[in-house]
Amino acid sequence: MDERSRLCTVWLGSETGILKGVSLVRKQAFNFCNTSHLSREEEVRVLCWGDPAESELLVGSVDGTVKTFSTEKGVFTESRRCGEPEEGCFSGLATLSDSALVTCTESGALRVWKEGSTGPASEMQAGKNVCRMRQNLAHRHRVATGGKENGLKIWDLEKPEKPVFTAKNLRDDWLDLRQPEWVRDMAFIPDSDKVVTCTGHHQVRIYDPSSPQRRPVMEVKYGEYPLVALSLPSSGNSVVVGNTHGEIAMLDLRKGLVCGCLKGLAGGVRSLQCHPSLPLVASCGMDRFLRIHSLEDRKLLHKVYLKSRLNCLLLASRDPQDAGDADKKAGEGEEVKEEDGEVWENMEKVDDDEPEEEDEEEEEEEVEEERPKRKKTKAEEGPQKKKSKKKRKIAKD
Amino acid sequence: MAREGNHGDSDKGKKKKIKNPKKSVVKEENGEKAEKMESGDPAEAAFPPTFSSSEIKNKQRRHLMFMKFKQEKRKQKLQLKKKKKKEREALGDKAPPKEVPKTIENQRVYDETTVDPEDEEVAFDEGTDEFSAYFNGLTNPKVLITTSDRPRGRTVKFCEQLATVIPNAHVYYRRGLALKRVIPQCVSRGFTYLMVINEDRKMPNGLVLCHLPDGPTAHFKVSSVRIRKEMKRRGKDPTEHTPEVILNNFSTRLGHSIGRLFAALFPQDPQFVGRQVATFHNQRDFVFFRFHRYIFKNEKKVGIQELGPRFTLKLRSLQKGTFDSKFGEYEWVLKRHEMDECRRKFHL
Repeated sequence: MDERSRLCTVWLGSETGILKGVSLVRKQAFNFCNTSHLSREEEVRVLCWGDPAESELLVGSVDGTVKTFSTEKGVFTESRRCGEPEEGCFSGLATLSDSALVTCTESGALRVWKEGSTGPASEMQAGKNVCRMRQNLAHRHRVATGGKENGLKIWDLEKPEKPVFTAKNLRDDWLDLRQPEWVRDMAFIPDSDKVVTCTGHHQVRIYDPSSPQRRPVMEVKYGEYPLVALSLPSSGNSVVVGNTHGEIAMLDLRKGLVCGCLKGLAGGVRSLQCHPSLPLVASCGMDRFLRIHSLEDRKLLHKVYLKSRLNCLLLASRDPQDAGDADKKAGEGEEVKEEDGEVWENMEKVDDDEPEEEDEEEEEEEVEEERPKRKKTKAEEGPQKKKSKKKRKIAKD
Repeated sequence: MAREGNHGDSDKGKKKKIKNPKKSVVKEENGEKAEKMESGDPAEAAFPPTFSSSEIKNKQRRHLMFMKFKQEKRKQKLQLKKKKKKEREALGDKAPPKEVPKTIENQRVYDETTVDPEDEEVAFDEGTDEFSAYFNGLTNPKVLITTSDRPRGRTVKFCEQLATVIPNAHVYYRRGLALKRVIPQCVSRGFTYLMVINEDRKMPNGLVLCHLPDGPTAHFKVSSVRIRKEMKRRGKDPTEHTPEVILNNFSTRLGHSIGRLFAALFPQDPQFVGRQVATFHNQRDFVFFRFHRYIFKNEKKVGIQELGPRFTLKLRSLQKGTFDSKFGEYEWVLKRHEMDECRRKFHL
């Protein structure tokens, strides 16, 4: 179980409540499930890393529970109740540096939960129909929310009375009708204050809280279907968006043009994530496949069939093409043991007693013969030799 | 000129051949030999090795040359067949087994979403999806059939005949109403399915099948519609009995979803009364609908007569949730340029 979870570089949550881990090198997918019987109540809605070292995953389900999954051990370690099912599913999950949990439900309740307490430490109302809540990875106490007829709001969790920035809707159109707004997903642009959002009316907008205008600074339109997921690649100035028709496109934010489309999806996208350092993007959706595309040449690198509809995904920061860590560790272990063996030999050769030296030489010879056969037991033989020496000394005395 | 002379000879050879087929073999050989002799003499410029019958500019001569070529090919093929048959008979029992001819269905690219009958995860997914109420016996289907606005005669007849085929189906005139407003009203009146037949230029060409409480919406292209009047050797009109349902060849996960969509149109009743059967046969991503009446003459022989309308469907998109083409989430969309590139890859 634990080797399997350590090999996985991509984690996905499905509608049937199963947490799936995929190892791209081995081209295998593993199911991690809490109980032997599945239930639609445990449909996974949000996933996020529990700590910066990426050894723990937080899984938010439809019934309001947040479970912790340890990637080292491969089991669910704890479960917390962070809301009632009547309030709606989670639309966002994040962790703060002091192991506090931030959750947001679809009814707009943005809560901060401290470790160990059953009730929320602080609560904010983010309006109704919140579709998504995202955290600024540079300033972890800043969080953005947005939804249907609910504009983008940026909250500072240390000042919970009102949002730091509330976006204003565009001016009424040429018929004096109110422009509809529907924020589906957002992301904080690194190294600046700006936020990119994608809307259900196929627009991608950039807001700048540092500028005096609360209206979007830039707007780009793509396609005719609602844009559901958004991700920023590691090379800046572009954004990858996906819509309900299964079209994924890369847009250039400087000019506002489409750089290219990623092909292959048959169903709507539910979640997109770009790898933190490599030009890769992982997408999952309603067609029950995980696809990894390369951003440079827009080719499909990996495609994995996972039998349930997938709701959310998380990429590990390490290179997914790397051979699994398990293999590496085994290699390192062997080297370490060989070094230990060498260390023990050096120590024994320094001894002065002649008969013991002779014995030791004989033993060393024996050991040398055995060495090509049994490498791993060198370390064991080292201390054993020492023990035998001590026994001999006592015997002589 | 040499070439024309040769062609003249070959023409004569052919004309003789047409009259006297028996003698043709000998004469053709003679003709060929003559040709070769004559072609050899004025040098190979007459028939260079890369010469093909398409380079001759004269249509009649080109046609004759090509016919000759085809007859040659056919002859060689027959000879090869005879030889193989002789070899097979000579070997008797030791003959290698007959090779199976390659068909597109044989060569189908293996689809990784093919459902394994023992897969627990897929079984759970299907057991708790939107059709679970029907398959657990909790609801009975009630279908509302309508068309696009202002339907013409053929579509109207098609709708009426569909209503006789599907039990508990009601046809309503569309009156230009918006589907998004029709759906809540259907739900409140207890309908489980909404079928909308789209018409273009007086022919039905599309079908939107929406499972009602909150279920998936499938959009199909309809082709080859035959209403009862146009069908040859058909039986009498269908009776009120509930038909059996046969679903053939829905093997992938998407195929399973569509198969369940069709199955939930008909009431579940294991005690078959009436000898009517509705078949949805999937082949190469096209779903063929047929409606028959069968009778068992004895244990091994069945007689069938086709009643009722027949049509072909091709899935264009499957959308999660009730009909919402602009803002709904699509579970599967047919993208012709990406998916139809390979002739041997099918999705249902």
